[in-house]
Amino acid sequence: MQFPILSFIVFTPIVSGLLIFLIPADRKTEARVAALAAGLLALLLSIWAYFSYDVAAGGYQFVEQYTWLPMLGISYHVGLDGMNAPLVLLTGIVMFTGVLISWGVDDRPREFFGFLFILATGVFGVFVALDLFMLFFFYEIAVFPMYLLISIWGWKVTREYAAMKLTLYLFIGSVVALVGALAMYFVSGLGTFDMIALEQAGFSPEFQRLVFPFVFFGFAVLGGIFPFHNWSPDGHVAAPTAVSMFHAGVLMKLGAFAALRVGIMLLPEGAKAHMWWIILLTLVNVVYGAFIASVQSDFKYVIGFSSVSHMGLVAMGFATLNKAGMLGAGIQMFSHGVMTALFFAVVGMVYDQAHTREIPNLGGFRKAMPLVAVAFIVGGLVSMGMPGFSGFVAEFPIFMGLWGTYPWIAIAAAISIVVTASYIIRIIGNVFFGKLPDAFEGHIRDVNALDKVALVFLSAVLIIVGVYPSIMVPMVESGVTYILRLLGGA
Amino acid sequence: MLLNIEQFLPILPEVLLLILGLLILALQMSLPKPQHRNLGWVTAVGMGLVILFSLPARPGTEPMYVWGGMISYDWLSFTFKMLFIFAAGITALLAMDIEGLGTRGEFYVLMIASTIGMCFMASAADLVMLYLSIETVSIPLYILAGFFIFDNKSTEAGFKYLLFGALSSAIMLFGFTLLYGMAGTTRLPHIVISLLQNATSGLIPAYIGSLTLILVGFGFKISAVPFHFWAPDVYEGAPTPVAGFLSTASKAAGFAVLVRVLLWVFPAEIWAPLLAAISVATMTLGNLVALTQHNIKRMLAYSSIAHAGYALIGVVSFSALGLISVVYYLLAYLITNLAAFGIVSAVGRVTRSDDLTAYYGLSRRSPYLALALLVALLSLAGMPPLAGFVAKVFIFMAAIEAGLIWLAVMGVLNSIVGLYYYLTVLKYVYLYRSDGDTEPLPVSRSFTVAIAVLIAGILLVGTLFSPWFNWASTAAAALFN
Amino acid sequence: MEIILNNLLTLILFTPVLAAVIVMILPSDQEDLIRWVSFVLSFIPLALSILLWMRFSPAQPGFQFEQKVIWYSAIKSSFHVGVDGISLTMVLLTTLLTPLAILASFTIKDRVKSFMVLFFLLEMGMLGVFLMLDLLLFFVFWEFGLVPMYFLINQWGSEKGEREIWGGRKVAARTYASFKFMIYTMAGSLGLLLAIQMIGVVSGTFDIPELFARWTALEGSLFGMPIGVVKSIAFWAFAIAFAIKVPVWPFHTWLPDAHTEAPTAGSMILAGVLLKLGAYGFLRLVLPLYPAESRAYAGVLGFLAVMAIIFGALASWGQKDFKRLVAYSSVNHMGFVVLGIAAAAYTLGMESEPLALSAKLALNGAVLQMFNHGLSAAGMFFLVGVIYERTHTRDLNEYGGLFPLVPVYGGILIFTSMSSLGLPGLNGFISEFLVVRGTWPIFTLYTALAMIGLFFTGAYILKAIKQVLQGPLNEHWAGHITEINARELLVIVPLMVLMLWIGVMPAWILGVINHAVSMWF
Repeated sequence: MQFPILSFIVFTPIVSGLLIFLIPADRKTEARVAALAAGLLALLLSIWAYFSYDVAAGGYQFVEQYTWLPMLGISYHVGLDGMNAPLVLLTGIVMFTGVLISWGVDDRPREFFGFLFILATGVFGVFVALDLFMLFFFYEIAVFPMYLLISIWGWKVTREYAAMKLTLYLFIGSVVALVGALAMYFVSGLGTFDMIALEQAGFSPEFQRLVFPFVFFGFAVLGGIFPFHNWSPDGHVAAPTAVSMFHAGVLMKLGAFAALRVGIMLLPEGAKAHMWWIILLTLVNVVYGAFIASVQSDFKYVIGFSSVSHMGLVAMGFATLNKAGMLGAGIQMFSHGVMTALFFAVVGMVYDQAHTREIPNLGGFRKAMPLVAVAFIVGGLVSMGMPGFSGFVAEFPIFMGLWGTYPWIAIAAAISIVVTASYIIRIIGNVFFGKLPDAFEGHIRDVNALDKVALVFLSAVLIIVGVYPSIMVPMVESGVTYILRLLGGA
Repeated sequence: MLLNIEQFLPILPEVLLLILGLLILALQMSLPKPQHRNLGWVTAVGMGLVILFSLPARPGTEPMYVWGGMISYDWLSFTFKMLFIFAAGITALLAMDIEGLGTRGEFYVLMIASTIGMCFMASAADLVMLYLSIETVSIPLYILAGFFIFDNKSTEAGFKYLLFGALSSAIMLFGFTLLYGMAGTTRLPHIVISLLQNATSGLIPAYIGSLTLILVGFGFKISAVPFHFWAPDVYEGAPTPVAGFLSTASKAAGFAVLVRVLLWVFPAEIWAPLLAAISVATMTLGNLVALTQHNIKRMLAYSSIAHAGYALIGVVSFSALGLISVVYYLLAYLITNLAAFGIVSAVGRVTRSDDLTAYYGLSRRSPYLALALLVALLSLAGMPPLAGFVAKVFIFMAAIEAGLIWLAVMGVLNSIVGLYYYLTVLKYVYLYRSDGDTEPLPVSRSFTVAIAVLIAGILLVGTLFSPWFNWASTAAAALFN
Repeated sequence: MEIILNNLLTLILFTPVLAAVIVMILPSDQEDLIRWVSFVLSFIPLALSILLWMRFSPAQPGFQFEQKVIWYSAIKSSFHVGVDGISLTMVLLTTLLTPLAILASFTIKDRVKSFMVLFFLLEMGMLGVFLMLDLLLFFVFWEFGLVPMYFLINQWGSEKGEREIWGGRKVAARTYASFKFMIYTMAGSLGLLLAIQMIGVVSGTFDIPELFARWTALEGSLFGMPIGVVKSIAFWAFAIAFAIKVPVWPFHTWLPDAHTEAPTAGSMILAGVLLKLGAYGFLRLVLPLYPAESRAYAGVLGFLAVMAIIFGALASWGQKDFKRLVAYSSVNHMGFVVLGIAAAAYTLGMESEPLALSAKLALNGAVLQMFNHGLSAAGMFFLVGVIYERTHTRDLNEYGGLFPLVPVYGGILIFTSMSSLGLPGLNGFISEFLVVRGTWPIFTLYTALAMIGLFFTGAYILKAIKQVLQGPLNEHWAGHITEINARELLVIVPLMVLMLWIGVMPAWILGVINHAVSMWF
């Protein structure tokens, strides 16, 4: 038997989270060190899994299957394919860097890391799940710690409101999807929750058309799709830094990924029937999100809305239902995850020093924290879709996919690129360059070494993928090929 | 009639409980007063032993009617008995350190008496037996609810419970008599056959009438809307462990007879729509009113009303999976709600308050108790990897399988409302501060043991659900095969 | 040696990155060390491109030194480099101007390391555009070059000056200029991006030589429209993106701001190389990919070019700011490049022998003009920078009669100005003459109108010389102004040598250009 690497990845966070809970409350440093060790372990495991995936062979690898509830056909079934391997890697990256930049959490760090790691297990679980029940199981695990993390360690002004809003939105979405999924279970008549079996269930087109919107939107809520995106900027803003990173970086991918896995892959006919109007919604996401982001004066809200815009591109890529679009969406999930984690890390670092996020009140931060400025610029260039960075590698195929299906949407969506560039430039100029306000003179210190490690690491990932896309493209491509087979094309 | 050992096997748990009760009674008389607290340990360990010794007395897959047809010896009743005994043992632990409750030996004896009644309730196969067992359950509980005689609220709770209980049991009894009148027999398995013979003779209205009257009594037991009014006041006034016992074991016992009587006696076409309406009303009202509560016991009372509504979905589904899901749900709910009430007892013992403000800053005073409360409440809300999640999923599965998608959707919407108030409590626990939140909150050993067992149970039922599901399906097979 | 020759283009492209990395790891407080290391390192790409120039065989058709490696398998994009005579000239210009610009920026005091790193990245971006034979990667480098340039203007641009923007808020002029530069160019390249995507989807490849065959051969309809309409839209998407970069009137308004506010070295590169990217885009992509559309719209392009020539010259003449004057002169000079290209576009596919010869002449002139303008504009901006560093003003009215104080500088300024003006014997004359000669039979009216522009070219050049060097001495400067120093001479002398050399003996470079041009048309 091969080494059960995926199970290790899934359970490393929660087991270490529970162990962290056993550390006495006043031993804060020990809790942090333990968290860092666990984060590093998860990162190494996910890197290992990513690079030992055999692209040439394709398909699901490292598959493990154990019966869980045989009477209802529920099993613990995990596997890695080209679509989720980058996301597992992403989660490892965000988890590790999230711990690094959360070193300064001083209020009950034990609980903080404990809940964060429970969340991480949920995320890993969803990404590798090949069983529908298991997917929901882990999906919910990923949702509820969010409430605590935001409401306890979040921004004092809005945290209670935002945390509740976020949790309820996501919960509503997931239970709606759950009802759809249970309907699929019974209608299939197979008596199994195994997704690989359900892919072949041959649902009638009428059934698929009926159920698809429920399943898709149930999950896409977490992907921030318009008009259900409302929770997301509030949630991002209220969350503490590491949680924002997790939230925007990984959790939103969870929604998009689950919408793909359960919605598009299990109900391909439904997807084909509904995509023409869903793509219009995603267009609203992309363009409207960018415009809203550009008029925000709160640094973190800008990033929050930019996530809405960028996640719209992911959904848009999926909605093209063709190879290029889906490929781009797959890469965009990874790229946006790393990028937005970087962004939120930077926002957190600025806020920690300035205690304000109002862009007009900031300025000149590059003098005190040059590396932070450089990291933000890298993130900003990714966000603009600047060639040479991962964002371009991701967005370009999405647009190509659009050209293959809805050329006008491609043209309309392109507006967002210029808008994005304008607000990113504005932030760079107003926050990092210009004159340091007098009030901050002498109060702004550079970030510590751990933060620097995190920033450099995240930036390096973005550049590597941008310059050398072959590190990721063939893998995602193999995943997309599999999906296209389900869709009946190519 | 020759008494042999074989005949006692079906009622072995009851016999063992009786022996345990007598033992407690004897110990209470012989031990000095300060030692009476330790009767809680004796009860708890005794309950554990009862479960252990009862296991060899498992029924076969085929139901058997024994003791002159009074008792049905099947897996359903056995399953519920084990649940009741477990709940009683845990309640004993939770009550030990409550002043004026755990230090009085009568408490344990009364609780055991009530548990014996529940066991008979779960296995009753005859209307007379059913009524007697229900009264055996209720009378000790009336006393327990009003146990703090110097506390006005507790006295009120006991009295209220008595009045409501007496009234509803009278109505139920009337329903029983109607049934007997029509069928000419009190044997539940025979009633249905007799009724079918009489179905053509224009007795349908009386038939429905008896069903309605009986549902009043059962509805009271499971605190379904509109027979729920007693629950919040009684839970609030009664000693907290007793409230926990009421909301779990007593409610589960109500479900045990509900499913048995409904499935055995009445055709589903008649009761299913009615019960579906009750289910929706119960869930919705329970959850919505729970939103506005400021007292955690009242909030849990309303939440337990709502949970009865969820469980009813499983009954309405009228299928093997439906019944399995009910049993599973009750198992999960029983563990979880006991844990919630246990934590409330532990906190209330120190803070002397059940107001939600008493929970401000709990995580700073006692991180582990806060974590336990988190697990319990999230399980009630239906979050994985906790028991409540799978239980709810099974319930919804049953509804969807039966084509009752609207009912599943109602359940889903309600669980969203539920999530809101559970999370609000967690917010108080973790986020809010209070003046005294730097001093630790002591938790005695008996609480620690009980809560640890329950939390472990919640996690176990929520993750490794295969054995529990098999057990529940064996139990369900007693009625559906 | 074998390895170098086999990977010559890749090496030229990435040695600047290597240099950037080396500079990055130097300690930031060792400013002199950073400057000298950067200067020395910048000769590696130059040396390699001279090697390339010598190894290049002009007579051989097609691209040379090609290399092709898969870059983005899923959308069939590969790292495909290659040069022909046109791109070779541009590569040489880029690698030549970079060391000079670095030498010119020795006076930068603030964050020398970041400046140098960005400069190398900028060089890489520009070289990438000239070398890439893959449409996607062409775009990658096209866009990438923006970033360092943005920061060079935004951070090291002139510190004086404010601009009022909407809402009455005032921002630093360099912030305004850099933002405008970025947004203009990005907005322009947006259409380009969309068109590239569309072409990629339709043709299934991004390889430029393949596209020449496949894209032009497309027939039928696309997206429910006749192919001709789609191609016309795509043509304009390309043309506008490149026209903004050149810039062609009326897309030129970003240019004066950006040039004026950029640091000296930035202006040198901006005028010297960056503007050529647009013209290069026309030559490399627009003409071969859209022969029919190019011919159809050549008149429009020619008209815009003439407008650029005339208005560029007039605007230049009206300036009070020395640097702005030079900046507008770029609009004027680049107009000739576009005019030549338009003329060539007009004759595409025509059978007429004399017109084809004229077109070839015009195109030769245009490419040479690109090179020449690179030399003279870089030189002019540098000279503006020299005087600015001494006087801290760019207002022409505040100079006056400086010749006696700085005779060497004055001589150089006059020499460079004359090259810019197109004095026979210097390089500018050759290229402008070729353009005018070539376009005359094709666009007679436009050419005649362009002569008006040429007239005003003379006017503004002379105005600048008069205001700076002649007239009564502004006493304020006496004793305060120093002569051009050795380092500065080292920057300008190579440029002057080339100006003279091309002016007197253009054959060495025209030979390469002419072969390339002849092969295309």
